[in-house]
Amino acid sequence: MSTPLTPVITEFWDRPDLYTLDGYRAVGGYRALERALTMDPDDIIAQVKDSGLRGRGGAGFPTGMKWGFVPQGDGKPHYLVVNADESEPGACKDIPIMMANPHALVEGVIIASYAIRANHAFIYIRGEVPNAIRKVEFAVKQAKEAGLIGSNIQGSGFDLDVVVHSGAGAYICGEETALLDSLEGYRGQPRLKPPFPAVAGLYASPTVINNVETIANVPYIVDRGVEWFRGFGTEKSPGFKVFAVSGHVKRPGIYEAPLGITMRELLDYAGGMRDGSEVKFWIPGGSSVPMLTPEHLDLPLTYESMAEAGTMLGTGTPMVFDQTTSVVKAVTRWLEFYKHESCGKCTPCREGTYWITGVLEKFEHGHGQEQEMETLTSLCSQISGRSFCALGDAAATPYPAAMKYFRDEFLAATHTSADEQFDPVASYVFAGAAAR
Amino acid sequence: MPISDSTREQMREIAARYPSARSALLPMLHLAQSEEDEITTDGINACAEVLDITPAEVTAVATFYTMYKRERVGKHHIGVCTNTLCGLLGGDAVWDSLVEATGAGHNTASPDGEFFLERIECQAACTHAPVMTVDWEFMDDVTPGSAVEVIESLRRGESVQATRGPAIRDFQATERTLAFPDDGLADAPSVDDKMLAGLQIAKERGMTGGNA
Ligand SMILES: Cc1cc2nc3c(=O)[nH]c(=O)nc-3n(C[C@H](O)[C@H](O)[C@H](O)COP(=O)(O)O)c2cc1C
Ligand code: SF4
Ligand code: FES
Repeated sequence: MSTPLTPVITEFWDRPDLYTLDGYRAVGGYRALERALTMDPDDIIAQVKDSGLRGRGGAGFPTGMKWGFVPQGDGKPHYLVVNADESEPGACKDIPIMMANPHALVEGVIIASYAIRANHAFIYIRGEVPNAIRKVEFAVKQAKEAGLIGSNIQGSGFDLDVVVHSGAGAYICGEETALLDSLEGYRGQPRLKPPFPAVAGLYASPTVINNVETIANVPYIVDRGVEWFRGFGTEKSPGFKVFAVSGHVKRPGIYEAPLGITMRELLDYAGGMRDGSEVKFWIPGGSSVPMLTPEHLDLPLTYESMAEAGTMLGTGTPMVFDQTTSVVKAVTRWLEFYKHESCGKCTPCREGTYWITGVLEKFEHGHGQEQEMETLTSLCSQISGRSFCALGDAAATPYPAAMKYFRDEFLAATHTSADEQFDPVASYVFAGAAAR
Repeated sequence: MPISDSTREQMREIAARYPSARSALLPMLHLAQSEEDEITTDGINACAEVLDITPAEVTAVATFYTMYKRERVGKHHIGVCTNTLCGLLGGDAVWDSLVEATGAGHNTASPDGEFFLERIECQAACTHAPVMTVDWEFMDDVTPGSAVEVIESLRRGESVQATRGPAIRDFQATERTLAFPDDGLADAPSVDDKMLAGLQIAKERGMTGGNA
């Protein structure tokens, strides 16, 4: 039997008024907050810990544990910062959540702030998506008007201000410490860790940084309980996931399912591959995690099983490419991205992405030299583990992963360009006249 | 053009949102850009004055982020996602068609000042590839033909609706939204079939998340 879909965060997205306070309340919204405000904040942290919720921003760090790191009774202000920078190539689930169900995020923000004793929360949204920014701002405004944000919320004695903050175009600002620098009004460059943000984050005060989807899970956990949540997924990857499937599939889109569903099942829900096509390679969660092939389609999409397969669940937004795709071109394009987005703070990443991209572009044009395949491998190993932040490691990921499965294509690119190996038009999702 | 007193006042309003005023710098730069269609020396000086930091400090920030432009954008900013997924699925062809239709190039405006083109990175809309943006509002699932039609409609001054978002205004209006997001447009339709793909199947087949 195949794994059923489990719409939770996405359950009422077909309600046109879900983005309003009334619409959200009509489907049980803010019930969890009401309950949370009667609870001891530590009990909420314990509940989130017990649920086993893991961060949906990419690394899968246990959320309750992160909240528990915030020192309590330290006399310092605490902050909650929501990472809504979603800029990882392939990631496209936080923006839909914010556009369709912004109050789930806002309710989660209020509960999480109450739990970690933060009186200020910030939602840092990438500037390139004004439509998500205005939706979240509207939800915050309505929540303020209803007394769900402000001073003495619902007579609980808890005060909270929430600020929606626009970024300005920088992938690196998704890295949590770069995000903090950016939010403080500086260039978005990563900070040395330790100290970790839970101890010294925003304005050098204890700060929790969580992904949009992570926080949007919180109201449902508080409302329906740990046992219900753990009824989905696996022991190490409990719960459900807003999967976003893109690429050469018949019905790309949002599919919310328990963790542990397989890519083959997700692909099936997405209508399978487009006509006459088959999976060549796929990436479970963003360009920063290694690619997989058809032989991996039956692995459960969990943090642990993806790690065993040598990759990561990442953002849980699979990109699926068919046989018309040039791996050389795909990898080159990703490296051009990392080169563009490298913040320049450390040498291995700043210089390394520059050199790798240059060599890869030679291959894309059919001018690579066989020994340069070694050069690329060595460049990647000099970046990986030697960079200041995980962007460097990410940049060193696509090439070795592609070489593992598609060495021949790079070899062919020593004499034949990517576009000669693979007609670009065949990869387009529109055909005939539209493709011109 | 010097930044007006009322704009400075609005900058102070933004700064007041934060426990530390400097946090307001990014939205303040968006406001400056909404006034001047680019980041000018006057815009930088105004931010510096309001925050009591040096213009060099503001410049260091303004030059780090790709959304801040150092030349006039013109009426509309047009983005085409040419990251791997969109690019290979057809974004590259969309890009070529727009270059041809507008006469603009990457990070440059068309001769008539109507369109400023930019090859943009992943726009968090890969399910809707190939993705184009007009003044940063979504134009999902475009083809080279439909992308050029958007340009032509805008040129004729017709109303153009974002696929997930409001009717297109102009670049400066969007920049203002980034500084003051309560722009009265939150009711714009923003959920489409692709965002409902899984929910629809679940409903048809009686699948729920209510109980495991
Ligand atoms: C280059 C880079 C970009 C990142 N971008 C994002 C992002 O856009 N959104 C996000 O939630 N996490 C992003 N992360 C991960 C964050 O640093 C952080 O781990 C995450 O926000 C923590 O939230 P979570 O525990 O809820 O997953 C990025 C990391 C790196 C290294
Ligand atoms: S690894 Fe890259 S992005 Fe990270 S600090 Fe170094 S240069 Fe900046
Ligand atoms: S690759 Fe174009 S929106 Fe993600």
